[in-house]
This record gives sequence, C-alpha cells and structure tokens, in this order.
Amino acid sequence: MSPDLPKSDVSSGLNFKETELTLGLPGEIGRGTSSLIQIPGSSSAKLTGTKRGFSQAAMDLNLGRSFSVEHDDSACEQSESENEDLSVAKPPSAKAQILGWPPVRAFRKNVITKSCHLVKVAMDGAPYLRKVDLEMYNSYQQLLSALEEMLISCSTIPTHPTRNYLDEKKLMDPASGVEYVPIYEDKDGDLMLVGDVPWKMFVESCKRLRLIKISEAIGPDPRTPQQSASCTS
Amino acid sequence: MQRMACSFPDEVLEHVFSFVQCDNDRNAISTVCKSWYKIERWSRRRVFVGNCYAISPDMVIRRFPDVRSIELKGKPHFADFNLVPDGWGGYVAPWISAMAAAYPWLEEIRLKRMVITDENLELISKSFKNFKVLVLSSCEGFSTDGLAAIAANCRNLRELDLRESEVEDLSGHWLKHFPDDYTSLVSLNIACLGCEVSFSALERLVGRCPNLRTLRLNRAVPLDKLANLLRRAPQLVELGTGAYSSELRPDVFSNLSGAFSGCKELKSLSGFWDVVPGYLPAVYPICCRLTTLNLSYATIQSPDLIKLVGQCQNLQRLWVLDYIEDAGLDAVAASCKDLRELRVFPSDPYGPEPNVPLTEQGLVSISEGCSKLQSVLYFCRQMSNAALMTIARNRPNMTRFRLCIIEPGTPDYLTLQPLDVGFGAIVEHCKDLQRLSLSGLLTDLVFEYIGTYAKKLEMLSVAFAGESDLGLHHVLSGCEKLRKLEIRDCPFGDKALLANAAKLETMRSLWMSSCSVTFGACKLLGQKMPRLNVEVIDERGTPDSRPESCPIDKLYIYRTVAGSRFDMPGFVWTIDEDSAMRLS
Repeated sequence: MSPDLPKSDVSSGLNFKETELTLGLPGEIGRGTSSLIQIPGSSSAKLTGTKRGFSQAAMDLNLGRSFSVEHDDSACEQSESENEDLSVAKPPSAKAQILGWPPVRAFRKNVITKSCHLVKVAMDGAPYLRKVDLEMYNSYQQLLSALEEMLISCSTIPTHPTRNYLDEKKLMDPASGVEYVPIYEDKDGDLMLVGDVPWKMFVESCKRLRLIKISEAIGPDPRTPQQSASCTS
Repeated sequence: MQRMACSFPDEVLEHVFSFVQCDNDRNAISTVCKSWYKIERWSRRRVFVGNCYAISPDMVIRRFPDVRSIELKGKPHFADFNLVPDGWGGYVAPWISAMAAAYPWLEEIRLKRMVITDENLELISKSFKNFKVLVLSSCEGFSTDGLAAIAANCRNLRELDLRESEVEDLSGHWLKHFPDDYTSLVSLNIACLGCEVSFSALERLVGRCPNLRTLRLNRAVPLDKLANLLRRAPQLVELGTGAYSSELRPDVFSNLSGAFSGCKELKSLSGFWDVVPGYLPAVYPICCRLTTLNLSYATIQSPDLIKLVGQCQNLQRLWVLDYIEDAGLDAVAASCKDLRELRVFPSDPYGPEPNVPLTEQGLVSISEGCSKLQSVLYFCRQMSNAALMTIARNRPNMTRFRLCIIEPGTPDYLTLQPLDVGFGAIVEHCKDLQRLSLSGLLTDLVFEYIGTYAKKLEMLSVAFAGESDLGLHHVLSGCEKLRKLEIRDCPFGDKALLANAAKLETMRSLWMSSCSVTFGACKLLGQKMPRLNVEVIDERGTPDSRPESCPIDKLYIYRTVAGSRFDMPGFVWTIDEDSAMRLS
C-alpha cells in the first residue's frame, strides 16, 4: 500500500533530499567493496574495522540543516557529541533491574517464584517450636547445620558447635552435651529418620521436624507404637 | 467488454466474492470499480482493525453496514512488558456502543490489549441476539461480574476465551449463570482466572455441552477433579489442566490415566502448574496424538521433560521452560520431526547467573533436527555468531525468529564480537522472515543487514542495540514490508525519523522509548504529517516545560484516518496540523 501523499508536499515540507542520509562513507572509499555490506561469515577483524567506519559515517552524514527544528544550538551540539561518544548503546549495570526486561509477561513470572516450604521444628525440652524453610537448603548437611544453630540459640553458653555427622546424623548441644536425633513426620503421618531418602524426596514428603533426645530415641515413641528401637543407628 | 463485466447480477458477484475471505484480497476487489466496491462492502462480514485508533467506529460502520465479526487491537505490544502506563487508552466502549446500534447481528468480537468494562460486557450480552464468540486476549478492566452477564444472556455463545487477560476475580459463581438449557459451548478458556470457579457448575456445564472441543481450566481446579471432567467430555480436542499436583495415590493416578486414554481426539495440552512428576505418565497414552504441548508453567526437570516429549512424535508446537536444558532439546530434535514452533521461556529471568545448562546449543540442535521449524522464541544467556549462522543455514524456511539474550549488550561469547553477522545471516538466509526480535551486543551493521535482506519483514523488535541514526535509517529505508517497529533503549534520534517520515504512513505503528528523539522533532512530524498521530508519552510533565532538544521518554506514532484521539490521559501529548499542542 503506497502512500498517496503528493510528492511536492512532502519534499517542500521536510526537504527530504537535503535530509537524505547517504550511505556513502566519505573518505572510506579506499577500503573496498566490503566497507558497506559485510558478507556474513567474514572474519571478525574486518568487523571491528567496519564498526569504526560506521561511527565515522554517523558524523559525516550529509544532513541538511534546513528542516526547521527549533532548538538551542548549544544543547543540540551537546547531544550530538554525546551520540558520537556512544559507540554502542550502553547496557545498564548488571545489578539494576530494568523496567520491562527481559520481556517476560507478568503471569509467567508468578509461576516460577520460588516456593516456600515451611515446616515446624519441635525440639525436646524447648518450650516453643521453631520453623524452617526447607527450600532454603540443598542438602541434609545444610539443614542439620541450621538445626544445630537453633539448638545453640536455645542453650545458655554460646560455644562453637562440634559437628557429628558420620552416618548417624546426630546433633549435639555443646552446652549440655545432650545429643539429638532429627526425625520427621511424612505425608502419611509416619515418623521417619532424617537422612534415608534423597534430599529432594525428603523435602517433598516432610511435614514437620522433631529433634528428640537420644535417651528418648532408644525406646518406642508413645504416639506410634510400631516404631522400633532401630530408628537410631 | 464493459458490458460483459456488468452483465453479472449482483447476487452472482456476491456469491463469487464470498469465496474470497482474505482482507487484502477483498480490499483489492473493492478497488476494481464502483459496482464491485458497492457489492463488496455490503457483503463484507469480517473486519480486522489492527489499531483501534487508526479509524473510528462510525467510519467502519459507514463503509461496511453488515458486519458479523470484528477484531480490534489496542495498546502497543510493549504494553505486555509494562512499558505503557496505565490509563493510556485502548477503550473498546465507543466501539461497543456504535456496534450495538449498527450491527444487531454481530456474532464475534475479538479484542487484543484493550480495556473492556463490565458495562461493556453487559451491553454486548444484551445487544447481539446471535452472539457467538468472545475472545479477550491480554485485555483488562473487567471482573467476573461481566462474565456472569455474558453467561446469562448469550444463548448462542460458542466461544468464551479469556486468554491472558487480567480479570478482577470477585467470585467463582459467574459460571452458574449459564442457564440449565444452555448447551452450545464449544470453547472455554478461563486459564487466567485466579479464583476457584464453582466446580459443580463447571462439571454440569461440561457434561451438557456435547460440542465442547476446547477446555482450558485455571490453576485452581485440582488434579483429582480432572478425571471426572474428562470423562464427561471425551470428545475434547484441546485441554488445559489446572494444578497438576496431588499426593501420589495409585487410585487417583489410574483414574486419571484412564480418563486421558478415553480422550481419543485430544491434540493439545497445556496448564501443568505445580507439576508433580509422578503424575506425568498419566498422559503418556495420548502423547503420540499431541500436536501442541504447552509446558511453560511446568517446573519439572529435564529428565522428566525428556520422557514426556520423547513420546510426542507428532508434536508441531512446543512451549517449555528452560528447565528442558540443551540435553532436552537434543531429545526434542531427535523425536519431534514435525516441530514447527518452539518457545523456550526463562525459569529465572532476573537471576544474574545461568541457573540451567541451556545455551545456544539447544537451538542449534533443534535447527538441525527439525526440518519444518518456522517459528522460534528463545530465551538464553549466551549466543555466538557461529551458532546463529548455523541456525540460519539449517533453517532458511524460518518465518519468525525472536531471540532474547537475557543480559542486554551481551557479545558473542566465543569471540566477544557483536552479534551483527549472526543476525545478518538469519535475515540473509531466511528470505520469508516476517518477524524478528534482536538482542545482544549489536552495532549499526546489523541494521544494514536487515535493511538489505529482510524484504519480507513485517515486525521488528529492538532493544539496547545500535550506535547511531544510521541504524534506524537502514531499517526504515530498506524494509519494504515493515508494518510494526518497536524500539527501546537505543541511541536513535531525530534524523532517521524525519528523513523517513513518509515511510511511517506505510506502517501500522512505531514505538520508541528511552531513545534520543527530541520533542522538536515530534512537533515537526505531527505538523507535517496529518495522517500520523504522533503521541508523546511522558510522565515527567508537559514536554513544553523542557527544552525542545530534550529527549522525550516514549513515542508512539501510528497512521490514522480518524485524526487525534479524544481519550488521551494527562501524560500523553499529541501535535496537530495547526501546531497547537493538543491535550485531551
């Protein structure tokens, strides 16, 4: 669909001929035919050369000043020189989040928000429960470190914790010397020893955590009589 | 000769014209002679208005007195990414009012990026006795109350499709407003709704509509209810599940699996929010029939994705998260030989580091293995010119290529060069390319390639690219078929715009934001080009309060025969031929 503007109108109003950007690069003719149309696949060394060439071309463009954009000349010059300095659009700082970038629709962003899996942690002897977000950890080691720190925060003497992971996944409160075993209640309501199943499976099935004192762990739990003494190794 | 041309009675010509549906062809027919113009305008039943401000409702009605189906588009595409402030416009109200009076037999309304209110919906439901199709794509401004009016009053409704619209969820009861004797539903898409719809009403509705072919549920519909719905509609062709998660239970699984197996016509699946991988095998029996699979909400890992997609030998369209990884795309390339369209969305778009091993290699594999690939949307974090050249050589039949390298200004990771030659290869080899989105480090050179080679290009999206006005000039002067150009954060100023002012009248629209266009240039364009609306969007206050050489914030230029619009908000300025600055 071609515009049916009368040509005379167009050319008199905006002086197209004078404002026509010429693609000839004054002073660049000696560079040969590759100066304008770089064939895809040519070496990158040529590319950098061409890039320079276009920056210069921007300065050398045959632009008429006759179209009447009223502007303060000094302000105009300043913006042009800014343009020249700007060889490539400056990407913003890596940390800043840019409005509307990357171009992802809002309803897609909501889907991928990290889910939060909070479970209660009951520590034997503690008067209140705690909560941890299982999604914050990627392994049993990280979870147990966090639980141990919770134990420490409940004790009166702040000391450096000793880790005892071996195979048993026991925790120790260094102040009292009492050892705890972490167990959890799964989706079926059964009490399980922490650490038997792969981490991700554990996260999916864990409903609540409990840290029971070793002495209590030896006998069966009164709530679930079928749990055997072998829940501690 | 003339006598022969006129010797056909109008009815015969009208009958002949009825076989011509394409708008461009019908437009051509109307230019042959007065008689043909007259017959054509009386028999035009479908009108597409790509920019609702390009023409007024009255002008459409005057030219085409008996329209049955209308499609309107409102806001510019970048509104999808929050670049268009609220209140900008795109109101459908004047169209609905005008059509309510003029087109009592209107059957179909399709809107994209428009603002539609509950009052508008109610007016639709009461004005058009034979109303059949309502598609609201990325629309906003209405609530479930408006949907209730549609449900209650549109006795002949076939399609209600809310595609990605923003709906105010007042309650799920709106679904109950479909009368008990209403049975004509063919397509229902409520995937965008947040709240729970009345499930019993949904079940009854699905059960009594024998022609239901498309059902896209929302996330709130639980998985354990899905089987019952499917058993009531085994004729479904397109299904969108709700949340695809539930405790793993063998009875629920076998029920679901059986229900899926009973859907022999199912060709398209979507939904899959909150996927529990253990339930995926329930769809395995139907995978071989699937042509469309939308897993773009499914946060499952590559191995599960591979198991699923590996069985979809007839897949033509795949939308997926980058959790699929390069390895998964290798598997797709090996299994899905009929693939036409691939979209890979980012799972962690704002993270500074890659969170999954998805690179340019996945796309290269697809381009090698899928010979029918035409349409690509790909988010990734690294790209090379070599990969782009390989993709271009492999797939010269591509028509849509949208690449988003997440970090702006990212160079070729192998050579640290700009990606100019890579994209240059795309436009050079893909001679039928209609749509292109650029990203990464790009100089003016890429625009020279585009202007030289992209002769069929209709839509171009540019961000954080280029060096000077020469870049924009290449595109405006070279791309003969360009209709839509959207640019953000590029160092393009006044020169190319003014030098190519006439070009803008051959295009639907131009969007430029965070560039270097001055208010002076906008005023000049607005004064000299009466058939363009030059709209300056600036929330900092009137552009007159700053020097004319100061760059404006956002610019939206579109061709129109309707003059300046009257519904502009306070932050939009336009310039008229009388060079007075017009505020709405």
